Amino acid sequence: MQGQPLLAVRDVSVVFGGIVALNNVSFDLRQGNILGLIGPNGAGKTTLFNCLSRLYQPSKGDILVDGASILSRPAHKICDVGIGRTFQNVALFPNLSVADNIRVGAHSHTKSDIVSDALHLPWTRRQEHTLNERVDEIIAYLDLQAVQDQLVSGLPFGTQKRVELARALAAEPKILLLDEPAGGLNHEEVHVLGDLIRRIRDDRKITVLLVEHHMGLVMSIADHVVALNFGSKLAEGTPAQVQSNPDVIKAYLGSKDQ
Amino acid sequence: MSTAQDTSADIAGTRPAAGKSILTVPLVASLATLGLLIVVPLFLKNFVVFQLTMIVIYAIAILSLNILTGASGQVSLGHSAFFAVGAYATGIMMEHANVPYLLAIPIAGVICFVIGFLFGFPALRLKGVYLALATFALAVAAPPLFKLGTFEHWTGGVQGLLVTKPEPPFGLDISQDRYVYYLSLTIALIIYLLSVNLLNSRSGRALMAIRDNEIAASSMGVDLALYKTLAFGISAGFTGIAGALGAITVAYVAPDAYTFNFAIALFLGMVIGGVGWLPGSLAGAAFIVFVPNIAEGISKGLSYAVFGVFIFAVIFLLPNGARQLAYYLYAQIKKLVSRF
Repeated sequence: MQGQPLLAVRDVSVVFGGIVALNNVSFDLRQGNILGLIGPNGAGKTTLFNCLSRLYQPSKGDILVDGASILSRPAHKICDVGIGRTFQNVALFPNLSVADNIRVGAHSHTKSDIVSDALHLPWTRRQEHTLNERVDEIIAYLDLQAVQDQLVSGLPFGTQKRVELARALAAEPKILLLDEPAGGLNHEEVHVLGDLIRRIRDDRKITVLLVEHHMGLVMSIADHVVALNFGSKLAEGTPAQVQSNPDVIKAYLGSKDQ
Repeated sequence: MSTAQDTSADIAGTRPAAGKSILTVPLVASLATLGLLIVVPLFLKNFVVFQLTMIVIYAIAILSLNILTGASGQVSLGHSAFFAVGAYATGIMMEHANVPYLLAIPIAGVICFVIGFLFGFPALRLKGVYLALATFALAVAAPPLFKLGTFEHWTGGVQGLLVTKPEPPFGLDISQDRYVYYLSLTIALIIYLLSVNLLNSRSGRALMAIRDNEIAASSMGVDLALYKTLAFGISAGFTGIAGALGAITVAYVAPDAYTFNFAIALFLGMVIGGVGWLPGSLAGAAFIVFVPNIAEGISKGLSYAVFGVFIFAVIFLLPNGARQLAYYLYAQIKKLVSRF
């Protein structure tokens, strides 16, 4: 698959005060791929993620989706270009039900104004109806029927992560950014998650950018891996190439001779 | 503010569970309450009807505060100011420009919507206690402004402004007090239904998403600035309508009726009713109207101390206010029904 990448990160640098959190990082994400972004703590993975979802502004460089820069968009307009995300420590709406969390996920795909909503006008009712069908489909897809009317705050962590994934899918993204989806999950759950991410990519034609600590997961599902360390790109390639790269091994296991 | 603060739709009975009768317990309870509010005043003395009118009016203001604080998570200790603007706007329009009251009330709402919406912009930069203090500033600044000599021609200065109490239309043979009561009740019902619809819609979910997690909400495409300022505008607008009704009910607008104490009373009413639970606004309003009187009946000199004890008792026993009581009763009724 050649041609224009779906997502292109071009020489992105982020500086906080005097600290360089990201230094000239570039990589491409191709349509239909799962790209794993790895690196030790503090490598800049989440910083890069926050640039992609427009919570941080890079000091230098550009980020392109389908060849168009996204850096002039405010955070709430980023889902319009087809970027959806989950958060490292789960950022749900704890006092809303599972179904309502997913409905908020579709906010950018729906329209309304306060007057039409307050008057419950027919067109908003039709829109809610269509929305509910989509939400039901996602709830079934991620097996959340049993908890759909419960408040999110009372659910186990693993289920909350699934709700967050469902909320991201509700926006029908082209690119899904997953920030450490395996964090806090046990061995079995990680395995299920790996299958799920692949299924999402295949069934829903969603390209995935995965930030992960869990090497097993990244190596088993990623098509392409980018390794960061201290804000710079250390290595890039297939999982096998990156795994055998001496610099990557050094960054993960320390500087002792192998 | 930790327990269930989701939409009020489940308790308002607008979302019946699949396969069950449409006559849910919450819906029956709502209709019964409305029935009582319509029928009971027919048998009460004018003064008690007047008190009930004030409860309905305060319920509108508390409901408005609930939209802002309960749904969008922005604390306001300054709603007395919006209430005052609504009252003065109505008084001035009616007495100086001969605007009919039925036109003055919505105009007062629009004026307050605009003021609240504009106040929402500086409020965007403030969170939690800082926003509470900024709105507090609004509450303390309002009364002196209305007393100011410059505006005395319009506002009546320290004297206040007498407002004509409307006569019942079409030669209806009911007292003015009853007429104003039913007018207020009708407007309250409309505002309640609009608010339930709003919170149960895409806009309402966006507000609650902002309350729960701003960063996640904005990542989902929710325009924080737009929805937060709109919440301020809607809340202020409805409060202004309450203020307008207050002006024609009391037939008098006085600057000292809208002090910071009143803002706190509204806030108290919201907590007593249950933060984020719209039907609780009525219970909260009844509390702030009746309980001070009950306290005074117990001890004249220590009435505020007794009132304080009542507040303590409620927040200890029912931290989620009337909502908690309603949910408890609902669960008991369900148990009872399932036994037969």
